[in-house]
Amino acid sequence: MKNKSLVSINDFTREEHIHILDLAGAFERRPKQHILEDYVVATLFFEPSTRTRLSFESAATRLGARVIGFSEPGSSSVQKGESLRDTIRTVSNYADIIIMRHPREGSARFASEVSRVPVINAGDGANQHPTQTLLDLYSIRKTQGTLDNLNIAFVGDLKYGRTVHSLTMALCNYNTTFHLVSPAELKLPSSVKIHIKERNLAYHQYTDMSEVIPKVDILYMTRIQKERFQDPMEYEKVKNSYILRNNLLDNAKSNLRILHPLPRVNEITYDVDDNPKAYYFTQALNGVFVRQAILAAILGVVE
Amino acid sequence: MENTEQRKELKVSAIENGTVIDHIPVQSVYQVLRILNLMEYNDQILIGTNLESQKMGKKGIIKVSNKFFKSDEINKIALVAPSATLILIKNFSVSEKKKVEIPSKVEKIVKCFNPNCITNVEDVITRFDVVNKDELKLRCHYCEKITARDTMAFK
Repeated sequence: MKNKSLVSINDFTREEHIHILDLAGAFERRPKQHILEDYVVATLFFEPSTRTRLSFESAATRLGARVIGFSEPGSSSVQKGESLRDTIRTVSNYADIIIMRHPREGSARFASEVSRVPVINAGDGANQHPTQTLLDLYSIRKTQGTLDNLNIAFVGDLKYGRTVHSLTMALCNYNTTFHLVSPAELKLPSSVKIHIKERNLAYHQYTDMSEVIPKVDILYMTRIQKERFQDPMEYEKVKNSYILRNNLLDNAKSNLRILHPLPRVNEITYDVDDNPKAYYFTQALNGVFVRQAILAAILGVVE
Repeated sequence: MENTEQRKELKVSAIENGTVIDHIPVQSVYQVLRILNLMEYNDQILIGTNLESQKMGKKGIIKVSNKFFKSDEINKIALVAPSATLILIKNFSVSEKKKVEIPSKVEKIVKCFNPNCITNVEDVITRFDVVNKDELKLRCHYCEKITARDTMAFK
């Protein structure tokens, strides 16, 4: 993995994913290791994403690296009209690794081709967000003890959510049974289903969440955005069907855990937070360990 | 049969040496010229279009003197003219006939259909993997979205 860019979840093999998760486990046990003291990490956020940026900067800082960069394009040369190509070429002279969020799909792949140093994609438009996928895999393995043969439900906007798409593709390596719960307008696209079919894995589609909960090991919630609906009446009709309330969890399996990429709006009520099955805030914490592992592996300071 | 074929060929004069691209759908003749960058070719090019064809009803034909294309170069035209036949001419006679084949990778000539793709915002050379040759589906190397026949536009 040394010096390799991480743009798409499929850039790394199943074995490399597992290796990252194992490394992340070591950082969870010992988060403060100053193994990147001589390194400079650049975080280039061409669109704001406070949560992802802070998670990366926390990971880099805990490893002793110095962090440079910008958190929105307004405070950078982008506003003066500089091309992405030139920004990346310049910054790759200043840093040992570039972490980048950009609103255009494909921007991270392009950056990785013009950069002298490895690029980690922290989200390119609606396309990929591989470090989110790896922290999701870490959270699933940690709570279930395995990634193999699990029943995993995705709930909400399965059409536009890149988190769901990437995680679905990654889970196809682990004999997952997929339970897909969404309004008819927001079903998982066929371009993603094709990966499930290629592996001959089972998937079931539902419009009602309650019948799924007793069957699954992981309940992965996502936010449904009003603007995704062509007809606002349709949104009003379905919006309450995809809200997780504590009493819906009465029949859940004891090992069930609830994940959510955050931020949540109203799709999980606050009374769920105190349920031991709620895992979404720990999931966010896991993101720091996973990003420590990715930085250390790509910079080649750990085997 | 042989005679009619020959008479039709003569509607566009014969070339001594070079490549004849035959059986081009009439709507694709000018695209083929563009894809092969023939606007900048300095030797003789003969173009016929809306010619009668037994196979196709109407067809186009392009004869390029003293030019023998590399296969990855010529196969690009399969995207717009999958029916095209290539005839290599040496000393006024046919030395080889072949069909074009859809290549496994496509560079430069196709635009990604995704308006939010970086290749439509910055000056980036497009690159695609052909993921389905029968239905003609191209996956963008950058945004990973699929451009299909009905959404395909050329640069």
